[in-house]
Amino acid sequence: MTIRGKAYIAGVYEHPTRKADDKSLAQLHAESAMGALADAGLTKEDVDGYFCAGDAPGLGALSMADYMGLKLRHMDTTETGGSSYVIHVGHAAEAIALGKCNVALITLAGRPRAEGIATGTVPRAPVAAAPDAPFEYPYGPTVANQYGMAAMRHMHQYGTTSAQLAWIKVAASQHAQHNPNALLREVVTVEDVINSPMIADPLHRLDCCVITDGGGAIVVAKPEIARSLKRPLVKVLGAGEAPKHQMGGKIDLTYSGAVWSGPAAFAEAGVSHADIKYVSIYDSFTITVLITLEDLGFAAKGQGGKLVADGNLISGVGKLPFNTDGGGLCNNHPANRGGLTKVVEAVRQLRGEAHPKVQVKNCDIALAHGTGGSLGTRHGSATVIMGRE
Amino acid sequence: MSTVERKYPAPAVNPEIKPFFDAAAEGKLALKKCAACGQIHHYPRAICPFCASDRTEWISSSGRGTIYSFSVMRRVPVPYAIAYVTLEEGVTMMTNIVDCSLDAIRIGQRVKVVFKPTDGGPPVPMFAPA
Repeated sequence: MTIRGKAYIAGVYEHPTRKADDKSLAQLHAESAMGALADAGLTKEDVDGYFCAGDAPGLGALSMADYMGLKLRHMDTTETGGSSYVIHVGHAAEAIALGKCNVALITLAGRPRAEGIATGTVPRAPVAAAPDAPFEYPYGPTVANQYGMAAMRHMHQYGTTSAQLAWIKVAASQHAQHNPNALLREVVTVEDVINSPMIADPLHRLDCCVITDGGGAIVVAKPEIARSLKRPLVKVLGAGEAPKHQMGGKIDLTYSGAVWSGPAAFAEAGVSHADIKYVSIYDSFTITVLITLEDLGFAAKGQGGKLVADGNLISGVGKLPFNTDGGGLCNNHPANRGGLTKVVEAVRQLRGEAHPKVQVKNCDIALAHGTGGSLGTRHGSATVIMGRE
Repeated sequence: MSTVERKYPAPAVNPEIKPFFDAAAEGKLALKKCAACGQIHHYPRAICPFCASDRTEWISSSGRGTIYSFSVMRRVPVPYAIAYVTLEEGVTMMTNIVDCSLDAIRIGQRVKVVFKPTDGGPPVPMFAPA
């Protein structure tokens, strides 16, 4: 049993807002949903499967089905932080392959800017009864210093430099200049990144992703429905997911769960690295991209610094174009969760609908990867490989 | 050396982990060891994360270890160093590095446990240069 070819990405939508003072959370989810359905040429009456994660209001799928007036026969609220929506694509394909639904809707939205949340620099209050919290929360774990520890260890063990990490932001900014909705459209240099204020050693301000309000949605449909629509056909080829955690205290911060989710996705898709024309890589921080690219097999472990340097991630310049919308580093990181927009830009590339300045030529196979939670403690990795038909 | 100390939030203690914090109050670092598979784990659990046995027992750590990684949180009112320390017993635990210059901390540095009071809760283990 495989999901290869059993489901298609029929519609995608990235909400244009980056600050949503005048909208509710449920409204942002619903606006994103209707945007993706309109993109597909479907209506909410066609939806019979719904997927959402911890950012959804109230009781998640129940509350949003109620708000949007959905009649459903399949629900999935898998929650792995920002990678949830990449997992949802795989789960939606599974559900469609098994006949559990025909049209699956995935939504994401959030308002961290409007709500004034100090996303990266203040420890988040532990969720109720989290077993790890008594052994972590007193020490002030923020998003920034957890990823900082991963970066510090990678530098120590492999000689990775701040300049190499900075190239990831530089590439993202080169792409974001062409995206009118991007929060940060200014092109930056390696020096700009290294000279920006230190947030949590060794990560500078420009090593960190943006904080934005907004949302997005994805519609996954069974083949017969996708073929009846007027949109380019983007097929789900393979998916993989895995948690990585502290392994009972045998902690190794130099790799992510992508070492498991990546090979699973490649095996199911039946493609090799040379076949991948474009990658969307979760970029909460520059280090997230570097470690993920190594773990997915685009560079040997420890050699990611060389892979990302010298413009190699810039579309039209380097060998491995990534995050051509500007990614989380420059464009958008709605709800502090960047997995959904990773799938959206990969679909734009496969359809040939990316900005002409960043569109990858003959982009027939693309990969999107999510990292939700924290590289420094525990996270969910998710990889999906899609192909143009 | 930092003159202002950060206020440390209290851990939420529950029955499963209370002996760890009771030991901390006496200045001892407790770990859990599995009687079935012989492995030590952290954070402490009633059920061994390696072999699933419920025969886990409290042992005392030497309190000595080395810094596996760290990060100094800079953009806050009182900068502090979060870290992972690998204990002599082999497990690696999240902690803070204290009682030293934040700019002198290095991976591989030898450290020893100290206990710091929390805001309304039991003390928690932190580490200072050995």
